[in-house]
Amino acid sequence: MDEKDRSILLLLEENSRISPGEIALLVDLDEREVVERISAMEETGIIRNYTALIDWGRTGDGQIAAIVELKVSPERDYGYDKIAGRIARFRNVRSLRLVTGTYDLHLLVTGQSMHEIASFVAEEIAPMDGIRETATVIIMKSYKENGALFVERDEVERLPYSF
Amino acid sequence: MRDFISSRARAIPPSGIRKFFDIAQDLEDVISLGVGEPDFSTPWSICEPSIYAIEQGRTSYTSNKGMPQLRQALAEELKSLYGLEYDPHDEVIITTGVSEGLDIAVRAVVDAGDEVLVAEPSYVSYAPCVTLAGGTPVPVPCTAADGYKVTPDLLLERITPKTKALILNFPNNPTGATMTRSDYEGIADVVTDHDLLLISDEVYSELTYEQKHCSPASLEGLRERTITLNGFSKAYAMTGWRIGYFCAPCGITAAALKIHQYVMLCAPVMGQVAALEALRHAREDKKAMFREFWMRRNMFVRGLNRIGLPCHMPEGAFYAFPSTEGTGLSDSEFAERLLKEQHVAVVPGSAFGESGKDHVRCAYAASREDLMEALRRMETFMATLS
Repeated sequence: MDEKDRSILLLLEENSRISPGEIALLVDLDEREVVERISAMEETGIIRNYTALIDWGRTGDGQIAAIVELKVSPERDYGYDKIAGRIARFRNVRSLRLVTGTYDLHLLVTGQSMHEIASFVAEEIAPMDGIRETATVIIMKSYKENGALFVERDEVERLPYSF
Repeated sequence: MRDFISSRARAIPPSGIRKFFDIAQDLEDVISLGVGEPDFSTPWSICEPSIYAIEQGRTSYTSNKGMPQLRQALAEELKSLYGLEYDPHDEVIITTGVSEGLDIAVRAVVDAGDEVLVAEPSYVSYAPCVTLAGGTPVPVPCTAADGYKVTPDLLLERITPKTKALILNFPNNPTGATMTRSDYEGIADVVTDHDLLLISDEVYSELTYEQKHCSPASLEGLRERTITLNGFSKAYAMTGWRIGYFCAPCGITAAALKIHQYVMLCAPVMGQVAALEALRHAREDKKAMFREFWMRRNMFVRGLNRIGLPCHMPEGAFYAFPSTEGTGLSDSEFAERLLKEQHVAVVPGSAFGESGKDHVRCAYAASREDLMEALRRMETFMATLS
């Protein structure tokens, strides 16, 4: 990893549809070198996925999301990895992280209704071996996701000229 | 009625971009590459605590020299970044932008009749500041062949017994040129041999892309005869806060402080609070803006060369300074027609001194989308010329 790799990653993180040609101009490389560097970072798993950031709140689909916190008893030899692996396989678990603090695992869970999320937590997550406690908080509104603001702001006017 | 205008005010020329400003006002969808400021808003990590400070009633005067905590933090920053040693107690003044720092520096040292060398092309304030102080600005024309650096020979040709000071600005506005330590070593000898004072405006010091900035006061023998001017505007996108600083040996600082006391009293406290926050919390924001400028530079300068506007790769600041010589137009005609026909605003190089002619300054402090669109429009414009 050098500064050019780092710049490529930041550009892709900002807009995964940016073309290799454009990246090449920005970081002062040949297009071929950019493609090679990106492939290498895909292979080593630094780049995991190319995706779109969607404000589902605006689609009117009524999808809701919740942060679910879990207290978990770690298993001998595996720690949290084994149970985390089981939880991560549910389709509606969008992110899963081991964290410090009162709870151990943090999940982002999506569903079509409160009922769906409630039953998922109560019937599928809570009864798993090793889960000691759950806390569910419903997300009411997203102001910012993945570095992008979900609220509009007015453009600031600048002078056309100054020295 | 008498003509009340002083001869000094009459002696300074009006702004070289007024005309363009008026044309731009009447046009739609102008892409401006004409501004000498970052297009970013001040990072929120700086704004938020500053707003809180206002809410808490921090709206008063400060010490003339500026808040002690800010001077202290600055002295530490300058030491760690550039190896400069200034005593925050009596060698640092917080000024209302570098503009004020320049004014008090010049007024503190220039007497009527003194000549002051000004390396050109240069930011437009240096010569008028010297004139207002009663001195005579002597342009030192730097050339593309030298990479727009100042060389000892250029200085020696213009030094007279009346020469008192030299004003340098690297990284340079408008050329983007930088000076290395070894470049400065030659200058240091000339400055010392002829007993000159160096006024070094380093407001773009954090924006150098090829190597770390060299601050001339860190050179052997230069510290005692250098005034270092710098500020927060460019590195932290804080132009409107108006915070700069003046650093010099205590005797010179004391003289400048008297002028600062009488004409400015102190720099605005809100800006000083913000500047302190910038030093404490905005390192990552600064780095992100730097990276963005670096990427835009790479893309934009390559584009200029591709469309037939030859441009050296600027090593600092956020300006590209392409040559318009091959277009058959003067730099002013080029800038005026480009604005009227393609709605792209650039500044004619001659606004920065005679040696800037046949070039235009394009600030790449605009979004990547705007820069690409500007290149497309400039390419179209170039096609109409051939």
